[in-house]
Amino acid sequence: MNSKITISQYVESVKNGDFTVEEFSLQILENINKFEKKLHSYISINDDIIKQAKMIDLKIKSQEKLGQCMGVPISIKDNICIHGIKTTCGSKLLKNFIAPYDATVISKLKKEDAIFVGKTNMDEFAMGSTTEFSAYGLSRNPWNVDYVPGGSSGGSAVSVSSSESLCSLGSDTGGSIRNPASFCSVVGLKPTYGLISRFGLISYANSMEQIGPMTKTVKDAAFLLNIIAGIDSKDNTTVYNNNENYLSNLDIDLKNKKIGIISEMMGKDADKKVLNATYEAISKFEELGAKCDFISFNTVNYALAAYYIITSAEAGSNLARFDNVIYGGFKLDANGYDFNTYISKIRKNFGKEVIRRMIIGGFIPSSGYVGRYFIKALKIKSKLIMELNKILNNFDVVLSPTVPVMPFKFGEKQDSLSMYLIDLNTVLSNLTGTPAISIPFKFDNGLPIGMQLMTKAMQEKLLLQFAYALEKITNINNIPSIN
Amino acid sequence: MIKIGLEIHCQLTTIKSKLFCSCDSNHRKYKPNLNTCPICLGIPGTLPLINKNAIKKSLLLALALNCKIPEKTLFCRKNYFYPDLPKNFQITQFNMEDKHSSIGYEGHVAIENKIININRIQLEEDPGRINYVKISDKSKLTLIDYNRSGVSLVEIVTQPDFSNNVEIKEFLSYLSNLLIQLDISDPTLPGAMRTDVNISIDDHNKIELKNINSIHDLEKAVDFEIVRQSNFITRNLQIQQETRHWDEKRKITTLARRKEDEQDYRYIIEQDIPSITISPYLISKLKNKIPENIKSKKSHYMKFGISNQVLDTILSDLYYTRLFESAFDGQNAKNIANIIATDLIRYLNTDEKKSKSKLTATHLIRLSELIDTNKIKRDLIKNILRQAIVTGNSIDVILNELKLHKTLDEDKLSIIIDNVIESEHDLIKKININPNVINYLIGKIMKKAGNVQPKTIINLLNTKIKLNVKK
Repeated sequence: MNSKITISQYVESVKNGDFTVEEFSLQILENINKFEKKLHSYISINDDIIKQAKMIDLKIKSQEKLGQCMGVPISIKDNICIHGIKTTCGSKLLKNFIAPYDATVISKLKKEDAIFVGKTNMDEFAMGSTTEFSAYGLSRNPWNVDYVPGGSSGGSAVSVSSSESLCSLGSDTGGSIRNPASFCSVVGLKPTYGLISRFGLISYANSMEQIGPMTKTVKDAAFLLNIIAGIDSKDNTTVYNNNENYLSNLDIDLKNKKIGIISEMMGKDADKKVLNATYEAISKFEELGAKCDFISFNTVNYALAAYYIITSAEAGSNLARFDNVIYGGFKLDANGYDFNTYISKIRKNFGKEVIRRMIIGGFIPSSGYVGRYFIKALKIKSKLIMELNKILNNFDVVLSPTVPVMPFKFGEKQDSLSMYLIDLNTVLSNLTGTPAISIPFKFDNGLPIGMQLMTKAMQEKLLLQFAYALEKITNINNIPSIN
Repeated sequence: MIKIGLEIHCQLTTIKSKLFCSCDSNHRKYKPNLNTCPICLGIPGTLPLINKNAIKKSLLLALALNCKIPEKTLFCRKNYFYPDLPKNFQITQFNMEDKHSSIGYEGHVAIENKIININRIQLEEDPGRINYVKISDKSKLTLIDYNRSGVSLVEIVTQPDFSNNVEIKEFLSYLSNLLIQLDISDPTLPGAMRTDVNISIDDHNKIELKNINSIHDLEKAVDFEIVRQSNFITRNLQIQQETRHWDEKRKITTLARRKEDEQDYRYIIEQDIPSITISPYLISKLKNKIPENIKSKKSHYMKFGISNQVLDTILSDLYYTRLFESAFDGQNAKNIANIIATDLIRYLNTDEKKSKSKLTATHLIRLSELIDTNKIKRDLIKNILRQAIVTGNSIDVILNELKLHKTLDEDKLSIIIDNVIESEHDLIKKININPNVINYLIGKIMKKAGNVQPKTIINLLNTKIKLNVKK
């Protein structure tokens, strides 16, 4: 049996009785046994996978009604709560936090009979672009284990790429789904802000982040999106999506469709290999009959600064609750400390990247500086939304490389600023609340390069159609041979 | 000139659930931490869900206080670290950037001879509560109860338009009346209405007073602070801008923190609650609920012949007000008011005594009846009240126990008087000549009749003597 298949193939095979859910789950567990020591996709693994698989097999046998996942083994980023399961957020602060409820996306997947393989590794509180900032050790890129897998949903991307799961849910605040998707050569979708409930997603920068699917194919992403999207009474920011079916009608003709390429996203800091790949992608789209044009979008130059200012300010507030009072993994007798001393002692257990952003986040909205940084950043955000909308009135989608650089080796990027520059092209869709997808496009020296497509809010269907067309025409091998 | 502004926090006690979750708004009836859920405990991954009834109730108040209503409103996070705050930020409202964040603004209320301007009305969540428990002489335990965490609070911020306690009391009594009449809040529940005060004299720095739990204490705190600040000014000392706490036991204000120690709350917009559009339709619907003319309590009760001073005493205290209003039936207004303001106030002069007292409105109603029908001596009321406070027994039971109840009804008294008149026939003739005669007769009657009001005897005696003389 081939464990390196897509969700659609899996569902078809289980239906046909080609293999049982249990047999497939065993295969996934075998992959985990084989690769996990090397790759470290997971922070924790579900002990009951086989038991749950057997139960679904029993349901199939007795022809009981079955959810559409039919036991699909899915991995979940460790900042999404599953009832009764440890949810660490990649942090020591939550090393003993057992979620007392299911995130909405989890309830929806449970209803459709998905099996949760485990909780995937991530940068602490999703702050990072390499998964090096996890308190539980780094994850490795399956295409070359000396290289970072991207982040912060690095564990999710690695698990999908290495078939330690069939698909995954990640979260994306500034590229945290798309960046590792690009580095590990999987599909990663960051949906429109509000399309998917954030209830049960532990907040980092709550005005920007969304949960999204990470899969082997565009079709699989549409499959998961169908299940997890939609308005939720537990999240006031969710919006009605008309019960859109993202799977139907994916294959469309791109003739005379318009694609914009933002020059600022292909600037001088970008890697030549990445730029060349992007020009190739443009030619591919033109082969399909689409019209591609370069445009200038000056405000994008300020996007990264605005992004880090806003997310840090929100992080400072969102992470303030981790004070070891109601929950927390630290045995520190409060006796003898005043409250502020007590929590600063506790907060020393955050990793250095989190501490860095918390310090910035404390400073940014403080009186006297709020106007100089925070309010300006919010103005840039509004400006970006307005101007991007104008651009998307003239173009169906915007194309760019997902990450302007090639995957790099561990420890290669030492200073924070060059690390932050990795997010240059991904933050725009978070700042504007628009959907964006990263699709595997090509390899250079065995390392993946992904392409990013963006479009107007709530136009996921259109985005998936363009992504599907590109995927079909490139038709690259997506299966790494792990060395 | 003395300038005083108020910040009044009032719980929306009449709505069912908390501001951002479905826990019970009535947090008082639960054992510690049993009225909580992942949302009001700030468990990671949870999101606040706005309670639309809280918006409606606070809007109703804003309209009743003649506020302007913003077309759109939003919430903010006030970031500070405190153990009773599970998220270490409070979701509240605060105007920032170019965005308006309140339920109402620029309102006004007319009190006697004055307009009090309302700065803003905002909605926010109440924190939990901290209880300090002494476990030995040396150490105490800090216990946190999150039952109150997330309860809806409406904050009313006035301009510094007050210049004395009379105006403050008038305003607060108007406000509590309004809250009750519009079914927004029951301000008499413990902790349901909390007031902070800003006081400044002339151009000197302003002082903020916190931790004041009753209108009675508020009055004392304001008086204390005016005297304290005036002393500074006469001695040419600089008044520091600072926050002071009211020490309920010592009845003084103490320094809480200086201006330079003020927290920087680092407000940011609460993005988990999308901005709320307040429709003109909702506004007009709510406006219809507001009675056309809500008079202040004071001017209302003045009509019942209660003296200014007595009314002030009662209305300055929510406990007395509550008691008065429960016993009030129009006719008995003056009696009830006098009992409270002259007698009861001596015994129930602290919050602790008030909360322990077993006296109810029923006691006062019965007392008033007995006074009206002359069945009880006015000067025995104190004794009866003392018993009622401790035992809670009914007035009639207490009277029997004290053996103060009149043993005679008027018929029996009448016979006694008739007998005395007959036996002292000669003396009666001298009644107009010697003023001592009447006193002698009364004494004689009282010996036989027991504890009867002298006034009753005199009245009856006089009538009978007149008749007798005519005979």
